[in-house]
Parts: sequence; structure tokens; C-alpha cells
Amino acid sequence: MRMCATAAPHKAVRPMLDLFYAPFAEFEFMQRALVGVIAIALGGGPVGVFLMLRRMSLTGDAMAHAILPGAAVGYLLAGLSLPAMTIGGLFAGVIVAVAAGLVSRFTALKEDASLAAFYLLSLALGVTIVSLRGSNVDLLHVLFGTVLALDDSTLLLLASISTATVLALAVLYRPLVLECVDPVFLRSVSRAGTPTHLIFLGLVVMNLVGGFHALGTLLAVGMMMLPAAASRFWSSDITMMMLVSIAVGIVSGFSGLLLSFHAELPAGPAIILSAGAIYVVSLVLGREGGLLWLAWPGRHLEA
Amino acid sequence: MALASTVIRFDEVTLGYGRRPAVHHLDGEIPAGSLMAVVGPNGAGKSTLLKGIVGTLKPLDGHIRLKGPASGIAYLPQAAEIDRSFPLSVYDLVAMGLWTRSGLFGGIARRDRTRIEEALSAVGLIGFERRPISTLSGGQMQRALFARLLLQDAPVILLDEPFTAIDAKTTADLLDLVRRWHDESRTVVAVLHDLDMVRRTFPHTLLIAREPVAWGETGEVLSPENLLKARRMVEAHDPHADVCHRSAA
Repeated sequence: MRMCATAAPHKAVRPMLDLFYAPFAEFEFMQRALVGVIAIALGGGPVGVFLMLRRMSLTGDAMAHAILPGAAVGYLLAGLSLPAMTIGGLFAGVIVAVAAGLVSRFTALKEDASLAAFYLLSLALGVTIVSLRGSNVDLLHVLFGTVLALDDSTLLLLASISTATVLALAVLYRPLVLECVDPVFLRSVSRAGTPTHLIFLGLVVMNLVGGFHALGTLLAVGMMMLPAAASRFWSSDITMMMLVSIAVGIVSGFSGLLLSFHAELPAGPAIILSAGAIYVVSLVLGREGGLLWLAWPGRHLEA
Repeated sequence: MALASTVIRFDEVTLGYGRRPAVHHLDGEIPAGSLMAVVGPNGAGKSTLLKGIVGTLKPLDGHIRLKGPASGIAYLPQAAEIDRSFPLSVYDLVAMGLWTRSGLFGGIARRDRTRIEEALSAVGLIGFERRPISTLSGGQMQRALFARLLLQDAPVILLDEPFTAIDAKTTADLLDLVRRWHDESRTVVAVLHDLDMVRRTFPHTLLIAREPVAWGETGEVLSPENLLKARRMVEAHDPHADVCHRSAA
């Protein structure tokens, strides 16, 4: 009896273990990739939720591209060096964020148009700078990242960024929420509005630069916006949305890495595809305004 | 009123956008504890005046002097400015009224929770605590905003068209709160369009049509002649307007 009880589940569990656990147990690069992706999800999810609620999703996208020329200049000067590309990326990201803000504030051009202009410009500039020196392999590295080759210092950078992000969001939570809901009220009770906005933009750039090392400039923003967009379909409470977005980020990182391992797909796109799949499922099934609930809401209530 | 001190003083104040005046040469003062209506046609500069008092708009000319800090002013702008789609509960919206006490990250003590509940009950929103603000009707939203004003506990309260598009029952309830603030000797300034309401409830009135037309006891200010004068205000900009040389004394 006892023999049966232990033997039967063992048979079923073994392939599951092989499928989900073994790649991470056997290969250190998979462990590192998982740690890196979890770090990105912890910071990127909540930042993405705020970006979405502040109607700045496009800003996030544009800033992700804006990082490229900065990182590319770093690369041009120092090769594939972590500090050079990080500093270059941060620098470029901040410049574009501020420039787009100024253009929209002082000219007739709306912010989305000026952002589109800046992001196209930076993408073209970045690709040009990288190809000045590097090979196509390096270009792919910059555009799509190297999540399967994260070294100690990169992991440390990702962990520091997500720690700083979570702490900063905890401190800035009230003014951030208030600035989205009722900016006039915030201005009437406090001067925290503008500094809060600037620090928040700084957090966005930081997280994008972190994501850039793992997922590349084109996909980094995916770990921000897709979990955030998915979370909106599961909750109408912002705290809950941030937790859901982190969970979505971690799950898509985990399943994306497995997908890439077993199906021999490139890891970065596999992670973003997983996040995209979760988004689509949420869009259809999500309890808060998912398509299925819209199509079959059930009969109306009495009151 | 003789003993009351001034909370807001206008010295030849001109407020406007670009160089165009929206409030032209306003001079006078609002005594502490007064209940004052600001009345005038659309485009007369009523909202602009409130923005000037709160400090979001700097005067083109003259000075607005406040007694006490600007944080002692609770300001309810016209309804449109709140993002109603934001996932926020009624409770959290109302609790923001505690900002001046709790600031950026001060905690909300148990006593504060009681005060939030009292405010919700005062505006008749008990049972709405967990509702997202996106599900509120216009009147319910205004009740929630009044609850937030209650919590702000400010000595000066500015209301910009608080009863526009609000039904009679809600208006009556919220007007009771305005009277309560007056009884607690807070200063209340409200931009209003309903002249009957002004006559019934507000002892003082400023009638403004870009230029101040009359300011004082409501009964005298809202005379037929004054109202006619206010109605004659020219709304269009004069493209050939000269520079104003009236002295800012």
C-alpha cells in the first residue's frame, strides 16, 4: 500500500520536474536568467502600472528607444561594457524624457507626436552608431539583449534597480496617485507634484536601462507594459494591480525561459511572447472588463 | 463683522491670461468668517479669481495677500478636472483630505479613520467606501469631494460652481454643510449661478463682470441695475485694446 502511494505520484511528477525544474537546476545561466527576470518584474511591473494609469504607455515605449543611442555611444567608446552602456543609456533616456516634455509644453506639438519624433530619431541614430564599430551580432545584442548571459555585475545592477524602484514607489506612492487622479488638488495642498513626476521619469529610465541589458532596447518596455496592461483586467484597485503585474512578470519570465530552453527559441522574445500570451488571456477572461464578461455579463441584478 | 480680521486682501488685482485681463482691478478684502458668493456671467473671471487666491495663477498686476499659509485654503475646482477612470476607491479619495496632516507618508491613525467615517456619513456616502470612483454619479462624486473638504478642515474654503448639474436633494444636503462651515466661522467663498440660492444663503456677494460691478451685502449687490450692468459685459477680446494705465495703487 505504502509502496503504491509513493510510486504512483513519482511517475507523474518526474516528467513535470524535468520540464519545469531541471533546466534551472542543471544550468547556471538559466538560474541567472531567472533571477534577472524576477528582478526586472519586481521593478518594471509597478512602474508599468503607473505609466499606464498616467496614460504614458507611449512615453515608456519612446524612452526605451531613446536609451539606444546613449548605450550605443557607451558601446562605441568601451565595447560591450556594463557601466559605459548603463551610463550612456541613463543619460540619453533622461535627455529625451526632458526634451519631449519641453517640446510639448512650449510648442503646439502634442506630447505623443514629439515622442514619436524623438523615438524614431534615437532608434535610427542608435543603430547607426552601433554599426559604426560593431558586427551584426553586437547589434542584435543591443537590440534584443542577452538574458541568457547575465554576469554578476549585471545581476547586481538589476537587483539594485528593482530595490531602489520599490523603495522609491513606496515613498512617492501618495503624490503619484494623487497627481494622476486630481492634479489640481495636489497642487493646492503640496508642492510635491513636479519633483514626483521627475523622480518617476527617472525610475522609468532606470528600469528601462536595466531591462535593456537583459532584453535589449526593443523588448525592455515589454516587461513593463504587458504585465501592467494584463493587471488592469484583474483588478480595479491600484495596489492589487501592482501585485498582479509583478506576478505576471515573474510567470512570463519563468515560462518564457522554459519555452526558449525546450523549443530552442531566442530567450528575450520568448519571455515577451509569454507576457503577451498572459495579456491576451487576461483580455479575454479578465474579471474587470474582459471580453468574455462583456459578451456574457449574465442577467442584470435586482439592485 | 467689525471685529473680524481680514483673511484675503486684494490690492488693485488684475488677473488674466497672456496680457488680457480676466479680472480687472479688483480692490477689497474678505473678512474672516464671511460667507460670500461670487456671481457674474460666464467668462466674467469668477474661476480666475479663485485660481488667483489659491495661487495657481499669478496676478498680472497688484497683490493678493493671504493671512496664514496657502495650505489653509481648501479649494474645490469645477468638476471636470478629476480622472474618474483611475482605479481608486471612494474611501481613498476622501482620505486625501488628510494630506495637510499626514503629508507624503504620515500614517493614518485610528482617530483619523473615525474622522473619515464621520465625513462620509456627513455627506451621506456610508456604504460607498469600497466603490471605485468610476462608478459614482455626478452628485455622488460631488458628495465625496465635499467629504474630502470636510477632512481638510481648512479655515478658508473656495468652491467653484459646486452645485452645477447637481440635483435638488444633493444641493440641499451640501448647502447644509456650507452653512455648518459658516457656523464654525470658517471663511467660505463660492462661485454660483443660482441667484435665489445666493439671496437665501449668502450674506455677502461680489458681482463681477471682468470689472468688479458691486461688492457688499447681497441684497444691495443683486439690484436690477447692477445685474443689468453685469450683463452688458463685452465678452469678445478687443484686438486694438490699449495698454491699461490705471494705477496699481
